[in-house]
Amino acid sequence: MTTTAAAQSTRALRLPNLAAWLGVAPFFIFAVMFLLLPTASLLVGAFQDHDGAFTLANLGRLWQPSIRLSYLLSIEVSVASAFFGALIGLALAIAALRGGLPAWVRPTLMTFSGVASNFAGVPLAFAFMATLGRLGFVTVLLRSIGFDIYVAGFNLFTFTGLTLTYLYFQIPLMVLVVAPAIDGLRAEWSEAAEILGAGRLQYWRMIVMPILWPSVLGASLLLFANAFGAIATAYALTGSFLNIVPILLYAQIRGDVLHDPNLGYALALGMLLITGLSNLAYLYLRARSDRWLK
Amino acid sequence: MKSGRFGAWLAMAIGALYFLAPLIATFEFSLRMRRGEYSFDAYRVVLGSSAFHDSFLYSTVLGAVTIVVGLLVVVPTAYWVHLRLPKLRGVVEFITLLPLVIPAIVLVFGYIKLYGSSSILPLTTTSLGADALLMFGYVGLGLPYIYRSVETALRAIDVRTLTEAAESQGAGIWTILFHVILPNIRSGILSGAFLTFAIVIGEFTFASLLDRPAFGPYLQLIGANRAYEPSALAIIAFALTWACMGLIQLFGSGIRLSADKR
Repeated sequence: MTTTAAAQSTRALRLPNLAAWLGVAPFFIFAVMFLLLPTASLLVGAFQDHDGAFTLANLGRLWQPSIRLSYLLSIEVSVASAFFGALIGLALAIAALRGGLPAWVRPTLMTFSGVASNFAGVPLAFAFMATLGRLGFVTVLLRSIGFDIYVAGFNLFTFTGLTLTYLYFQIPLMVLVVAPAIDGLRAEWSEAAEILGAGRLQYWRMIVMPILWPSVLGASLLLFANAFGAIATAYALTGSFLNIVPILLYAQIRGDVLHDPNLGYALALGMLLITGLSNLAYLYLRARSDRWLK
Repeated sequence: MKSGRFGAWLAMAIGALYFLAPLIATFEFSLRMRRGEYSFDAYRVVLGSSAFHDSFLYSTVLGAVTIVVGLLVVVPTAYWVHLRLPKLRGVVEFITLLPLVIPAIVLVFGYIKLYGSSSILPLTTTSLGADALLMFGYVGLGLPYIYRSVETALRAIDVRTLTEAAESQGAGIWTILFHVILPNIRSGILSGAFLTFAIVIGEFTFASLLDRPAFGPYLQLIGANRAYEPSALAIIAFALTWACMGLIQLFGSGIRLSADKR
């Protein structure tokens, strides 16, 4: 009698926890089936040969010139668009948040950034073709005042054109990511610096920069990973003319080139390594800057 | 100070030029279909084509299903982590960040390897299976945004008190989740939903590699073959993104206002 009562009471205590575990079960099943297992199976495949035996040959074959150049081009485009995206995004955020501009500037910039950072992919490529393509609006406008950008060496379907296009979502992303850090700069710090006789330049160099740099560097790494994994914009803009890694992998999956699934898995592993490391560094730097900006 | 303000205006002006020029250019280009005069012909052609209707409808329906499934996966989890399993918070947050770390093209490659024709669960071999796979992929893409907005909304309400009050009135767990918690985090749910929709509607990589008749691959096809229609489609896509963000502002304002007052 007493034992059943005790069993019932422990059961009643345990039941809610069982319900809780049942409640989170779909999430974990989803994560395992559609995030973890697919990725893990690629990682395993990168170390297997055709018969499933362990090998490092796939990784070795990443070193062949065409693939090496693809990685190099991808890294260059991502670094360039992350660097200029971070620089310009930071400048815009500082101007809107600390530049003494009217109150409507800030919400306008933030809302627009929310839209533009999500306006990527195929439509963005269309927009830039209509702007800076051979018959684009700006190209024609500049030609009519005597400056032909295509004669001057510009081409939308090259490294420069792709970087310029990527900036359209990189700059707004930077504004959104770095704005909280700029908001975290307290007015007291600026006042204290002024009272102690610091000039504007000294305040920015000796107080703002040391506090902001982890956020800025972290956000730059996020932008880098963001550009490195992007494919739709580049594919719609240049087809397979610019052989960045995602486009090479796309072609491999479609069965157009390579004809070697295991090499494809190794390509994917390389991409994952690069985006994974830069995201980890971003998270570390964000944790570091959060210490100051509470 | 005055020079600082001039610099700020200059930065904003250059920024505005860079961001508005492509929009103006695209709009202007989209009006040039008829020779010698501006017209909305490109829009008429696009909006009247059945390929547009079919792919747009497909992506809209898929987006809606994605949002429902995403919420079913996320809301109970966020609720239980909040209430009774706080030690899982780190793991759950890490998992929700994974779709930002794993490039879409890598993830879909994994799907094709794991659920391809030689797999024990060959989803890609049937049309419905591939639709489901695409939908789960989109749930993954939306996961970071849905989780974060639901989590923020849960943080703003007193989950424990609400749950205890409902329990003391005899409510079961489904009643608590759907009739007590859900209405209280509506703004968070709507923000996550619209953001997910904005991402999913024109998505290209997943849809193209899983060979689905979605809006993204249709856009790419038009871009490769037509002159003026792509510009009209870009303007339509931009307006859609803008509408989604506008709806987030509208419905999310409840949270933000109360947070400002504090």
